[in-house]
Amino acid sequence: MNDHIVKAYDHELRDLRAIVSRMGGLAEDQLVAAMQALAEFDTEKAEIVRNADKQLDALEIEAEKAAIVVFARRAPVADDLREVVSSLKMTGLIERMGDYAKNIAKRTLAVSEMGPVAVPQVLDQMAKDARKMIQDVMDAYVHRNPDLAMAVWERDEALDNLHNSAYRTILARMMETPDKIGVLTHFLMIAKNLERIGDQATNVAEQVYYTITGVMLEEARRPKHDLTSTELVTEENLDNE
Amino acid sequence: MLKMATEFENMTDVRTAKMSAKDVHVFYGDTHAVKGISLDLHQDEVTALIGPSGCGKSTFLRCLNRMNDTVTTCRVEGTITLDGENIYDPKIDVVQLRARVGMVFQKPNPFPKSIYDNVAYGPRIHGLAQHRTDLDEIVTTALEKAGLWNEVKDRLDSPGTALSGGQQQRLCIARAIAVNPEVILMDEPCSALDPIATAKVEALIDELKGRYAIAIVTHSMQQAARVSQKTAFFHLGDLVEHGDTTEIFTAPKEERTRDYITGRFG
Amino acid sequence: MSKETTEFKPTDWQSPEMKARIKRRYRKEKSFRVMGFTAVIIAALFLVTLLGKISSDGIYGFFQTSIDLDVPFSEAVIGNPRDMDADAFEQQVMRTNMLRLINDALVKEFPEVKSRRDRRELIRMVSSGARAQLRDMLLADPSIVGTTQRVRLLASDDIDQVRKGKINPEEAEANRKVKDRELAWYNKLVEEDRISLNFHTAFLTHGDSRDPEMAGIWGATVGSALTLVVTLAIAFPIGVLAAIYLEEFAPKNRLTDLIEVNINNLAAVPSIVFGLLGLAVFLGVMHLPRSAPLVGGLTLALMTLPTIIIASRASIKAVPPSIRDAARGLGASPMQVVFHHVVPLAMPGILTGTIIGMAQALGETAPLLMIGMVAFIVDIPGGVTDAATALPVQIFLWADSPERAFVEKTSAAIMVLLFFLIMMNGLAIWLRQKFERQW
Repeated sequence: MNDHIVKAYDHELRDLRAIVSRMGGLAEDQLVAAMQALAEFDTEKAEIVRNADKQLDALEIEAEKAAIVVFARRAPVADDLREVVSSLKMTGLIERMGDYAKNIAKRTLAVSEMGPVAVPQVLDQMAKDARKMIQDVMDAYVHRNPDLAMAVWERDEALDNLHNSAYRTILARMMETPDKIGVLTHFLMIAKNLERIGDQATNVAEQVYYTITGVMLEEARRPKHDLTSTELVTEENLDNE
Repeated sequence: MLKMATEFENMTDVRTAKMSAKDVHVFYGDTHAVKGISLDLHQDEVTALIGPSGCGKSTFLRCLNRMNDTVTTCRVEGTITLDGENIYDPKIDVVQLRARVGMVFQKPNPFPKSIYDNVAYGPRIHGLAQHRTDLDEIVTTALEKAGLWNEVKDRLDSPGTALSGGQQQRLCIARAIAVNPEVILMDEPCSALDPIATAKVEALIDELKGRYAIAIVTHSMQQAARVSQKTAFFHLGDLVEHGDTTEIFTAPKEERTRDYITGRFG
Repeated sequence: MSKETTEFKPTDWQSPEMKARIKRRYRKEKSFRVMGFTAVIIAALFLVTLLGKISSDGIYGFFQTSIDLDVPFSEAVIGNPRDMDADAFEQQVMRTNMLRLINDALVKEFPEVKSRRDRRELIRMVSSGARAQLRDMLLADPSIVGTTQRVRLLASDDIDQVRKGKINPEEAEANRKVKDRELAWYNKLVEEDRISLNFHTAFLTHGDSRDPEMAGIWGATVGSALTLVVTLAIAFPIGVLAAIYLEEFAPKNRLTDLIEVNINNLAAVPSIVFGLLGLAVFLGVMHLPRSAPLVGGLTLALMTLPTIIIASRASIKAVPPSIRDAARGLGASPMQVVFHHVVPLAMPGILTGTIIGMAQALGETAPLLMIGMVAFIVDIPGGVTDAATALPVQIFLWADSPERAFVEKTSAAIMVLLFFLIMMNGLAIWLRQKFERQW
């Protein structure tokens, strides 16, 4: 793509993009750190994750300011307009990812107080998938790769399925060990957090795709396989698993 | 949404265009200034013609009311129809054509006459008013439509050239409206005006939309985005892209369009 | 940025070289201004000298010396009006030699002058125009017959020159036209307070004459006016229409290019050539009357045409194209565009060009010489086909005359010509402003 005739415009857009990428990286780090803290019941690490969220919030505000400046000074159109608008939305989404990671960290603190309980395997799997989604969507963003963004978007389905299975697994364990139900509820919520992080990554993918191609991925075609909010889980269909 | 877009395109096709250009070529001597442009103007919308200087947009605009006739080296090929009639047909009277297809120019160019005479000139030469009272009414209506009446009603006898730039341009629009045209062509009508005057002219264009098919050449992207429903991007005599203004300014299909409107040409 | 650009060194604006530069620049500007001012002063001096010389000479041309004489209108010479009817008396008066009356008056004044030769010399002090003066008096009032009247008679040009101090009595007698005896008579008349210098309306109302004291410029003025009327009537419509056609309608091709070049060349053709053309065509081929303002006007029209065409085209070209576009955009036809908008806007320029052309024509001599308007014509022309002369030709004729008194007449005529030129320029300015005020 050609540079703008006004170089300062390019600089401003580049700065904005750098903030978004940095936020993506930070969110990914937060997720990884939160999951590590959970695996090791490391309260110190969890505390670090909790505090680090402030950085993301600050970056989001910085991005917002930069975007407003571009609007005011450059009156962006076409792909520039999409870029700036998407940046605004993406920073919001990434900030939410950070919030979810922070929530995981908070729950880790609660869990470790209640005494160690084995973390379900499927949560690790979900975290890995979610992390990969973040990585790929930021990759797609940095390298302007719509196919990669589309791939991330489509992968949401798999994460939803994993979430369904995590939900059932944890529910099953709750039924088996009603005394652990407090900790297990936290695990249930952590699974939900991971699923939400995946959703945000999917939303970011939509934005990346729109920025690059100008086409909005339709809400209707959105892969939605998270059944947990619609399905009534009974012992019978748990057995069917 | 994609489905809706196709439906809309079909809808565009079935409407009859007020003016329709088909494969129009314009030559200035050996220079091929406009290279096979097909473009429709519709009654109820404003079409903005944008593009870098020398892209042929003004030349094309001037073909629509045959203002290029006076340039001896200028040659026009292809067909341009107004309500289905070819305006380059020898049977067509160019004087009547220009009454039906009015024009507003880049620089406000009121005649060095009174405000009244400026507006009354067109109706006079076309014999549109039998009596002085009819003429008064035409002048009043035209000035009202141009949103200038309240500013000048007390000084219709003062010279048009004594008005401010923006008022002069609206006077020129009133003058064009006075002959009751069907199409209004505007060649960079705001390039000599300050932002307030520009806003007033743009508001006027919005008002006029629906009654007249309007084509406007502009160098200001923002103006094209503000006033038009359809945008046509010209480059080196070609029509690169033509479509809904919202589409062009959010997601243009052609790379050249994008580079131009985002300021990447170079 | 791939290449490292070298930075400018900071400029030392206060360095001695810089200061010297500034001083040099100021000096140059000052000397330029001084030179320009000097040029204007020199030009003004020339103008003032010229005008001063002409007016100091010319002012005398408007005044003429008179001698007051007691003229006895004796019945013996004229006859008694009571004995005859009005027509017979008039015939009688016309037949009578008024010199006898003047002679009688002078005899009474200078009884010591006896010989016929001396008497003749004495009579020569009075202008030959005095005879007509006496005749007019008698015709106007027959009742003066039989009385003696003090009449202010026009003096001859020589006496006039003495009165105006142009002939120096101190000079040797052989070198001056007025001899000692005449001077003695003159001095006697001065002593008796009979010599006076009066404003001479005849200069403005009479035609040409061999006698300087009788010569007037009215004939030439009317001749010039008639000539200019013809010139204007021919050159203005043709010139303006030609300019409009060439500028607005003519196709741009070889032929019109050629015409354009020729028009520009015509403007530079010496005026005498137009005179030759007029001589050959209007007199030789068309057999129009010689010396007539009609022919003069036609010839000057040829000469003025290029000026009018060029000025008109320039001012038509200066009408902004945006006005043409505006009119065309409203559906005005080419004719309407030109006559509703272009010509009215170009009119001040066209008129200025025309008046400049007319002023040029008014001052032109050479072509008129060629077509015979240089003839000596006493009568005031009554129409464009009457023989006439023109102001500049009159000036040329007088400048060429041997009589000393014509020098001041020449200057006076130049003053009249300049007056008309200034009036024309004033008219041009007035018209411009009148037209410009409309918008």
